[in-house]
Amino acid sequence: MFDTLSDRFDGIFKKLRGKGRLTDSDVDEVLREIRTALLEADVNVAVARTVVERIREQAVGLKLSQALDPSQQVIKIVSNELTNILGGQTLKITYAGRPPTVVLMAGLQGSGKTTNSAKLAKWFKSQGRQPLLVGADLQRPAAVEQLRVLGRQIDVPVFSEAGDPVSVAARGLAEARRLGRDVLIVDTAGRLAIDSDMMAQVRQISEAIEPHYTFLVIDAMTGQDAVGVAEAFHETLAIDGVILSKLDGDARGGAALSVKEVIGRPIAFASTGEKLDAFEQFHPDRMASRILGMGDVLTLIEQAEKAFEKDSAAEAAQRMMDGEFTLDDFLDQMQQLKKMGPLSGLMGMMPGMPKELKNAKIDDDDLKPVEAIIRSMTPAERRKPEIINGSRRNRIAMGSGTSVGEINRLVKQFSEMQKMMKRMGGMSMGKKGKKKMPMMPGGLGALKGQMPGAFSDMPFNQR
Amino acid sequence: MPSIFLVLIAVVVIFGVVTVAVSRQRAKAVGAARVATPIAPTVGRYVAPVVDVEAEPTIQPAAEVAAEAEPEVDVEGEPESFERPRFRDRMAKSRAALVGVFSGVRGRAGITNETWDDLEEALLRADVGVRVTDELLNGLRARVKAKELTDPDALLNALQADMIGRLTASDRALRLEPGDADSPNVWLFVGVNGVGKTTTIGKVGAQQRQLGHTVLMAAGDTFRAAAAEQLATWAQRSGSELVRGNEGSDPSAVIFDGIESASARKIELVLADTAGRLHNKTNLMEELRKVRRVAGKGRGRVTEVLLVIDATTGQNGLAQARQFAEATEVTGVVLTKLDGSAKGGIVFAIETELGLPVKLVGLGETIGDLVEFDPTEFIEALFSE
Repeated sequence: MFDTLSDRFDGIFKKLRGKGRLTDSDVDEVLREIRTALLEADVNVAVARTVVERIREQAVGLKLSQALDPSQQVIKIVSNELTNILGGQTLKITYAGRPPTVVLMAGLQGSGKTTNSAKLAKWFKSQGRQPLLVGADLQRPAAVEQLRVLGRQIDVPVFSEAGDPVSVAARGLAEARRLGRDVLIVDTAGRLAIDSDMMAQVRQISEAIEPHYTFLVIDAMTGQDAVGVAEAFHETLAIDGVILSKLDGDARGGAALSVKEVIGRPIAFASTGEKLDAFEQFHPDRMASRILGMGDVLTLIEQAEKAFEKDSAAEAAQRMMDGEFTLDDFLDQMQQLKKMGPLSGLMGMMPGMPKELKNAKIDDDDLKPVEAIIRSMTPAERRKPEIINGSRRNRIAMGSGTSVGEINRLVKQFSEMQKMMKRMGGMSMGKKGKKKMPMMPGGLGALKGQMPGAFSDMPFNQR
Repeated sequence: MPSIFLVLIAVVVIFGVVTVAVSRQRAKAVGAARVATPIAPTVGRYVAPVVDVEAEPTIQPAAEVAAEAEPEVDVEGEPESFERPRFRDRMAKSRAALVGVFSGVRGRAGITNETWDDLEEALLRADVGVRVTDELLNGLRARVKAKELTDPDALLNALQADMIGRLTASDRALRLEPGDADSPNVWLFVGVNGVGKTTTIGKVGAQQRQLGHTVLMAAGDTFRAAAAEQLATWAQRSGSELVRGNEGSDPSAVIFDGIESASARKIELVLADTAGRLHNKTNLMEELRKVRRVAGKGRGRVTEVLLVIDATTGQNGLAQARQFAEATEVTGVVLTKLDGSAKGGIVFAIETELGLPVKLVGLGETIGDLVEFDPTEFIEALFSE
């Protein structure tokens, strides 16, 4: 499940050492792997076919550069292709000359329209606008009530009344004008793309309010069906943009690629959590690497930023750079790390994570003994693990329910890690000014190279 | 703070912890002896959390929520009458897309490369998944090679039979165990956000009421705005009791109180709703574990934990099923929204890989739109023309 594209390519490219170029059959093999990766990520079958053909054109005759890992070269092509599909023109909201700017929300049942209507309202507020929310979902029990509660939370008025959705939407528009609100967001009922009555209804709603923006809300975990849904909604409503919801899940999100490829409209926003502030601009490059199962370093940073208390993280980082990172720091940061979600999920986000580690099925329970060992140490021992002699080891082992061997291993690997951190600290000091964290070529292979000692008892392939 | 430092920390710490953990596992495998019985440290997650159930939530009998519902078991308290949809009719709309491919296969004189491409595409389009598709088709390829199957019709029939044959779960009935009058059966509904848990509870409640059982719904979704109101509507429509708490209150407590209330009133079945949650959120899954634990501690018996899966879900559905099963001992799957264009093929993998039987299928938003899962009907409806 966690096989990254690079792992798969490794197998293929191992046989290619010495060859200057990729032959047609090499390319075929590589493209097959790409197709599999895309399909596993829920990219629509037909879309995957088109994408792979485009990549074929670029991959054929690819000269394998000596400097760069061939896997990485091909991955770069794939990643760029996906980024281009997902990106392109961004949606820039321009406001109507005569207010309000009308926004219509549409999508399947359960996709997240109501929650995202509120998030959008909150976003518009942050842009200095005064939105009005309209609850035109009269179908789902308590849907309007849900919108009202959300409206209260963000201090945005909500309009709704009994009747039919078309008239409610139209009255909502009138109400927005009456109240002088400059943005109108109309939430509608979830509906099946193949339900002709319901699609006719949403068309009528659209005709009644003449939206400036119609957003299709798509759940990031949607499978092959995303294409049919997007096409049908687009045909009926002329979608202006897509809102991708529930991106805080671990679905690879191929639906985003499928939808974008098929209707060509920008993915305007990404919804990344249940709280109303979890709403942001969509990042095509991050999505591309997520779809490829390659981990998403930038999202990792953001999650880390949220989970790690800034001050303690800053101090810990400084100590790391100075080679003074202690077991206490480690324990502390481990606690913060737990807030970021299950370890297996995080590992999925690490680019180029060695296959052996990914397949090792690390579980959050594996953290417990590590934690227990550190907690059984005295502060002095944590500061200077060198002082841990035989009797101390025994004491720690008994206190934590582990073995002396495990304590030795922890101490040894921690010290390797410290050395590595110091070396990396030295590296990054060289660069001045703002720099984006690049996708490290070879990913953690680079880190691996720094830590030969730590892996002496593990059969890793050394790059 | 420059983000490179944060990434360094994240990477190094994850890396460090993982490395240590891996080596520990290896040591375990080699048979490293433990030194002594552990003296549990006094802080941190190592200590099992104390389960405490506060009697915070207010109990509102359904009578307060909806005027018409009768609190006692009563012939008049019938749910609104409804027509059960025919599975085949509802699936009809979704068949259309697949029909083209299969008639193409049947139309060809023999079994060609295109046949295999078509079959692969059809299965992938149904969200069956790459691995399972390969497995199914490789088996058939071998049989074609051995000249066991020689024409497209035979091939299609064999594929169908193979798929039906793999859906062998014997235990598809909903478990309503007889017992003491003050020990209700508890059916817990879990799943990610937006799949249809609450609507399904409404339908299940109505069905059980039609079968003559007494039902209480516990509004265990204390997070989502107006979730309890939504469930209240279903309670009213189905003639069920309702127990709810305040928004933000402890879901375990609300469900526990629902069970106690059902016990006191000799109600047979408790349907417990929970908040939708993404399976990769540790804290939320931990909360759900607690809900499951607490639900089993009262006077009721948890006889079903139903995982609700949306038919439009792609391969992530398998990850969902794994995590939820691990956290709550899922006993069955409800596949919802199958009246749409999605084929729900992910459920095939969920049942065959994880052994979780699909018990129910949701085919619409109204109270009667729920049928039992029948493997033959499911696969045939996909393949028929």
